[in-house]
Amino acid sequence: MSITSAFRICPTTGLKVDRAAENLIKVNAVAAVVFLLIGGLFGLSIALSRWPAVHLLPAEWFYLALTAHGFDVLLAWIIFFEMAVLYFASAVLLNCRLAAPRWAWAQFGLMLAGALMANVAVLQGNSSVMFTSYPPLQASPWFYLGLILFAVGALIGCAVFFGTLVVAKDEKTYEGSVPLVTFGAVTAAIIAVFTLASGAIILIPTYLWSIGLISSVDPLMYKLVWWGMGHSSQQINVSAHVAVWYAIGAIVLGAKPISEKVSRMAFLMYILFLQLASAHHLLVEPGVSSSWKIFNTSYAMYLAVLGSMIHGLTVPGAIEAAQRAKGFNKGMFEWLRKAPWGNPAFAGMFMSLVMFGFLGGISGVVMGTEQINLIMHNTLYVPGHFHATVVAGTTLAFMAITYLVVPLIFRREIAFPKVAQLQPYVFAIGIAGISLFMMGAGTLGGPRRHWDITFADALTSFQFSPAAFLMLALNGIFACMAALGGAMYIFVVVWSVFFGRRIGDTEKLQLGPATGSQAAAAVASYGNEGTLKIPGTVTLVGVFFVSFVLYYYVNWKYLAELWPLK
Amino acid sequence: MAITPPSERIWWKEPIHKVEIVWIIVAFLWGLVMFFTMIWWHGFGQQNLSNEAYRIQPFQFAEKVDKMIAAHTVRQEGAFPVVRPPPGSDVYLMGRVYMWWPMLELEKGQSYRLHLSSIDLQHGFSLQPLNINLQVHPGYEMVINLTPTTTGEFGIVCNEYCGLGHHTMTGRIYVVDRN
Repeated sequence: MSITSAFRICPTTGLKVDRAAENLIKVNAVAAVVFLLIGGLFGLSIALSRWPAVHLLPAEWFYLALTAHGFDVLLAWIIFFEMAVLYFASAVLLNCRLAAPRWAWAQFGLMLAGALMANVAVLQGNSSVMFTSYPPLQASPWFYLGLILFAVGALIGCAVFFGTLVVAKDEKTYEGSVPLVTFGAVTAAIIAVFTLASGAIILIPTYLWSIGLISSVDPLMYKLVWWGMGHSSQQINVSAHVAVWYAIGAIVLGAKPISEKVSRMAFLMYILFLQLASAHHLLVEPGVSSSWKIFNTSYAMYLAVLGSMIHGLTVPGAIEAAQRAKGFNKGMFEWLRKAPWGNPAFAGMFMSLVMFGFLGGISGVVMGTEQINLIMHNTLYVPGHFHATVVAGTTLAFMAITYLVVPLIFRREIAFPKVAQLQPYVFAIGIAGISLFMMGAGTLGGPRRHWDITFADALTSFQFSPAAFLMLALNGIFACMAALGGAMYIFVVVWSVFFGRRIGDTEKLQLGPATGSQAAAAVASYGNEGTLKIPGTVTLVGVFFVSFVLYYYVNWKYLAELWPLK
Repeated sequence: MAITPPSERIWWKEPIHKVEIVWIIVAFLWGLVMFFTMIWWHGFGQQNLSNEAYRIQPFQFAEKVDKMIAAHTVRQEGAFPVVRPPPGSDVYLMGRVYMWWPMLELEKGQSYRLHLSSIDLQHGFSLQPLNINLQVHPGYEMVINLTPTTTGEFGIVCNEYCGLGHHTMTGRIYVVDRN
C-alpha cells in the first residue's frame, strides 16, 4: 500500500485522515452502540422492575439484568467508544498514521471476545454477582476471564494511542504542542493504564480463586483494589467527555480555550489526583482509618474536583467568547439563547455539561464526604449520582459527538434530522428524572440493588414511606423516556450509517456556524486577557457555586439529626 | 481551537484571564473548607465512625453472638430471639444469608458498643427509617458506639447484594424508654 492511498483529506476540516484509523474508529463505535442497545434494554427492564406497579422481572432475572446492565453500559459501551475517541484524538487530529494498526485490531478483537464471554457467563445465570463481583460471592470463571480479556484489549488500545503520539512527533505531522482535545485524551489514556492495571491486579487472583487455585480473596482488599479500577475508570470517562466537550465547542462553534494553560492544568490535576477515588467506596468500612478516608475521599483536598470546576468555567466560557465574537453580544445571555440548540451535537454537549456539574458533580462530592456517606452508602442515592455523571455526563456527550462522527468519519449524512434534533432533549430529560428520583428514593433510605422494597417474602417486614414508592414509579416513567431517547439515537445512527446519503469525497460539510478555517478566522482576535468578557458564564458558575454550598450544608444538617455514633 | 495545536506556540506564558484566576482561587478555598469540615466534625460532630475494627474468624463471631443471646434474651418473636443487653455493654449483630441476627432491644439515651460482622458474604447494614448505612464484611468485626435517641421500631435492611434472597434479608431493633 502506498502512502498516498493510506490517507484521505477531509474536505470539511482539512485534516489528513488515515484510513486504518478511520476503520478502527468505525468498528469500535459500532461495537459501542451495539452494547449500548443491549445494556440499555437491561437498564429499562430494571427500572420497570423497581416500579412497584409494574414489577416486571422475577428476582433471579432482576439480579442477572443488573449485572449485565452494569457491564454492558458502564464498561463495554463506554470503553469501546473511548477507543474510538483515542484513535480520533491521535491519528486524525494529528494528521498522522495510526501506529501498529494490527495491534489496534487485536485491541478490538480481545475486547469483543471478552465482552461476549462476560455476557454469555452472565446470561447462563450463575454469575449474577453484580458488576462489582464482591467476594466471597463467586461468579463463573468465564466472567472474570471475560473481564480480564476486555481489560487487556483496552490496554493494547492505549499503547497504540501512545505509539501514535510518538509517530506523530517523530514524523512532525503537527506543529508546536498537541491540541487540547488530544491532551485530554492523553489524560484519559494515562488514567486508563492505571485503572486497567488495578483491574488486572485484583481480577487475576480472583479468577484463580474461581477455578480453585487460591483458597480465598480478602473481601476488603478486593474492594480497595477493585475500585482502583471501578471508580478510576469513571475518571477515564470524565477526561474523555471533557475532551469531547471541548471538541464539540471547537467543531460546531469554533470555540477556542480561554487559556490553554488553565485548561491543561485542570486535566493534569485529573492525572495526579483522580486515582484516589477508590476511597469513595470504603467510607463506612471496618479496618480503614478516618485519616486515610478523609485524605483519599477528598482527592487530596479536592484537587481533582478543582480540575472539574475549572472545566466547568472554561468550557462554557470558551463557547460564550466564540459566540460574542460572532456578534451575539446583547445582554448577559444572548450568546446562549442564540446558540445552535437545533444542532444535536451542541444541544447534547451543553446539557451534558450542565447536568454533569449540577446533578453528578455536586451529589458526588456530598456523598463522598466521609461522614455524610453514612446516610447515603449503598442507598439508591448512589445509582442516582452515577447515572448523572456517567449517563447524563459521559453517554450524552458521546451521543452528541456521534452526530459529528457519522458525517466526518462514516461519510454519511444524518438521516431523519428532526428525530436527531429532538433526541438529546428526550434522553436528557429522561436521565435527569432517573437521577433525581433515584437520589430522592435513596435519601428516604431505599436500598440499591434490591428487588423488592415491600419485603413481601422477608421474615420481618419494614414499611418504607409512600414517597419512596412514588419516587421509584417516577424513576420507571423517566426511564421509559430515557429509553425512548436511546432508541431514537440508535435508530438515527444505525440508519444513517447503513442507509444514509453518502457524502462525496470532496463535499464540504456545514457542521455549524463556523467550521475549519472560517472558525480560525473568527476567533483569531480573542483568547487573551483584556479583550474577553464572559459575564454570562460567570453568572452560571455563580449559581452553580451557591447551589453546591447550600446542598453541601443541608446534608450536614441531615446527618446531625442522626443518633450519635462514635 | 481545541482540536488544533495552540495558536501561541509558547502557550504556557500566556497571561491567565482574571475570571479564571478568581474562580480557581474560590474553588480551591472551597475545597479546603470541605476538607477541614470533615476533620472538624471528628472533633465537634456527633456522628463519626470509630476506627475500631478487628480481624475475626466467622465462627468466633457467631460464638460471641450466641453467648449474648443465651444471657440476655427477653422474648421470642417468630424465628428471632429478642435480646435486651445491659446499657453500656457489648452488643453483637450478625449478618448472614438472609437475616440480621438477633433482634435487639435497646434503651433510649443509653450507649452501646455495637459489634457488626458477617459469617458468610458481604452485607449492608441499613437502619431505617433513620438511614444509617454501614458495610459489613466477613472476617472483620466493626465496633461502633451507638446512642439511640428516639424510641420505636426500626427496620434493618440489607443494602449490599448478597445473593438471590438478598431482598428478604431484614432485621429489627427496638428502642424503648428506660422502664
